[in-house]
Amino acid sequence: MSQFGDSISRRSLLRAGGAAILAPALAAPALAQGQGDVIRIGHLTPRTGFLGPLGEFAVQAATLAVEEINAAGGINGRKVELLSEDSVNPQTASAKAERMVQRDKVACLVGEINSASALAISQVAMREKTLFINTGANSDALRGADCKRYMFHVEAQNTMMVRAAGRALLEKGLVKGKKVYALTADYAFGHDLLKQAKKFLAANDATIAGEDLIPTELTDFSPFLLKIRQARPDVVICNLAGAQITNFLKQYSEFGLPFPVAGFGFDTALAWGAGPGNFLGTWPVIWHHMVEAPSAQKFVAAFKAKYKRPPENQAWGDYTATKIVASAMNTLKSTDSTKIVEYLEGGAKFDIHKGREGYFRPWDHELMQEMYAITALPADKVKNPYDIFSSTAPLPGPGDSLEVLATTKDENACAFPA
Amino acid sequence: MTLVFILEQVLNGLLIGVQYLLIALGLSLIFSLGGIVNLAHGAFYAIGAYLTVALAPEIGFGGALIASPLAVGLLGLVIERFLLRRFYRGDPALGLLLTFGLAMVAEQALRMVFGAAPLPFGIPPWLRGQVFIGDLIYSRYRLAILAVALACVLGLWLLLKKTSFGRVVRAGVQNPDMVAALGISLRPYMSAVVVIATGLAALAGTMMAPVTGVQPAMGAEILTFAFVVVVIGGLGSFWGVVLAALIVGVVRGLTAYAYPPATEAAVYGLMVLVLLLRPRGLFGEHIARFE
Repeated sequence: MSQFGDSISRRSLLRAGGAAILAPALAAPALAQGQGDVIRIGHLTPRTGFLGPLGEFAVQAATLAVEEINAAGGINGRKVELLSEDSVNPQTASAKAERMVQRDKVACLVGEINSASALAISQVAMREKTLFINTGANSDALRGADCKRYMFHVEAQNTMMVRAAGRALLEKGLVKGKKVYALTADYAFGHDLLKQAKKFLAANDATIAGEDLIPTELTDFSPFLLKIRQARPDVVICNLAGAQITNFLKQYSEFGLPFPVAGFGFDTALAWGAGPGNFLGTWPVIWHHMVEAPSAQKFVAAFKAKYKRPPENQAWGDYTATKIVASAMNTLKSTDSTKIVEYLEGGAKFDIHKGREGYFRPWDHELMQEMYAITALPADKVKNPYDIFSSTAPLPGPGDSLEVLATTKDENACAFPA
Repeated sequence: MTLVFILEQVLNGLLIGVQYLLIALGLSLIFSLGGIVNLAHGAFYAIGAYLTVALAPEIGFGGALIASPLAVGLLGLVIERFLLRRFYRGDPALGLLLTFGLAMVAEQALRMVFGAAPLPFGIPPWLRGQVFIGDLIYSRYRLAILAVALACVLGLWLLLKKTSFGRVVRAGVQNPDMVAALGISLRPYMSAVVVIATGLAALAGTMMAPVTGVQPAMGAEILTFAFVVVVIGGLGSFWGVVLAALIVGVVRGLTAYAYPPATEAAVYGLMVLVLLLRPRGLFGEHIARFE
């Protein structure tokens, strides 16, 4: 019996195996041959890879928002249809954005988490003169050197994250005169965040005891935990992203290091995924499911009813952006992107499911809004898998302008290209 | 001080290497006997981890440590019987396409059933804590993983070396036609090998679930490294794979110490270097039918 092939070339197997592993995910074509009388919203966000866990929340939230908009009569009496796709990487994001605008005739683009992909989409938006609302990419450069007339940001810029967490850390006495060890995600977002974090730390007399750039696909932090242990910092600062945060939290708790942890970038779903007793530290969030505003709790209830878990900050971003688009189009009685851009630049205020209303700054298109810093609850105070942290009051406080956390024109100049 | 620290990174690197070992050994075994590069092997690792998270509340972590590999081994048996078996003879590209497809189906199925967000799971309380030897720190849980993994490696080696089952498998790797001429059908042996290999992958998934994010892409992440380990070690070589896993772990640990951004890239660099100097891998055996 010879059931095994006898002419298999080992080399060809190796080559083919390598190619298959490295092959990028194949893009699935959008099936959107719709009726003429709907308004389409193109939604792009990473649904696979290390940001995939957040993308899932984004898609669910955008879907929920569109359902609610349609239940309330749609936009100018027309039904809204959401075209949602995996943006994968900057190249794919750009190609899909172009197809959504040219073939599917979407009225606007919403979404993204990865800063590099958001930049790619904004270039398409600019070329096609189509509104793009960024719901998850943080890099300051997107609001500064790379800013675009047709791109608006519901997501906070890195500087806002740094200053929100920074206020809480200053209060806890973890910055002034302290030695800091920084772990940073090794891509556009992390580099930008590290830059803003260093500015903040230097301005507040903290010194850097060590800093490492961590590849995004790295899953084992033990070599870095040993380095941190040797450096004996006063505080460990995480500028990590996506699945990295879950792995870091699990393994930091495994090694039981005594140094306090804080981070300048964060997403709640990744803390939920770390498991009981593994979440620790102080982190900034743009929103969380325990925000008390009535419209926030209405959103939480609707999301829970539909998806059997509370929404997290990325869900808030896509839900809020979709609602803002619908509200602007209804007010203007138009889906024309250029008119919407002028309207948003005019300082229109929106219910953004927080205590105070938000508005876009005309010169960099950043949504001015309250932020929060959260701190992990001790294990014995945790009652369920979701309410694992306590939150500061909204930042900035009620007396302060919403703009105090964001960069000034001098810090992050934006000149919209014509 | 620095020397002690480097030693600590080396020892820690060995622990990291062990994590790849159980997967790489299964990958190597299935390839050696069946001629299939099983790109779905990472999926069995991921399914093992997810089963553990699902089962642990019912039967405890200890129970899941046994139940999850058994269940995944059975799944492997079914897949071998109805799918893999058809591809041992054919063009190797077909086997690759099949297992690549299976891996994608499995990852997406996990995403649809459990969601894309990582599932919360931690180290069971009785395994938490650290062990200090001199100034060196070890996680107690990782030492437990090490013990289980070493027991598995030793058990597998004894099975292949000392039993009649192992003799037939080794003969089947070298010369399936001769085994057939002696009147022995390799089919049940191939089924058993797949059960063992997928079971080991699931065991690795179970053991890693408490210390790494349980999310749908975890299989694809580990498979790449396991594949690199097999290539460096040499296809068909048991101890080559063991040695390669440890070397890869140490290289990662030392790169993380010296130049963190290259932590992952260094492993691929090592593979290129080994392939240039020893195209068959460190201890790759000369298997006539694969040349």
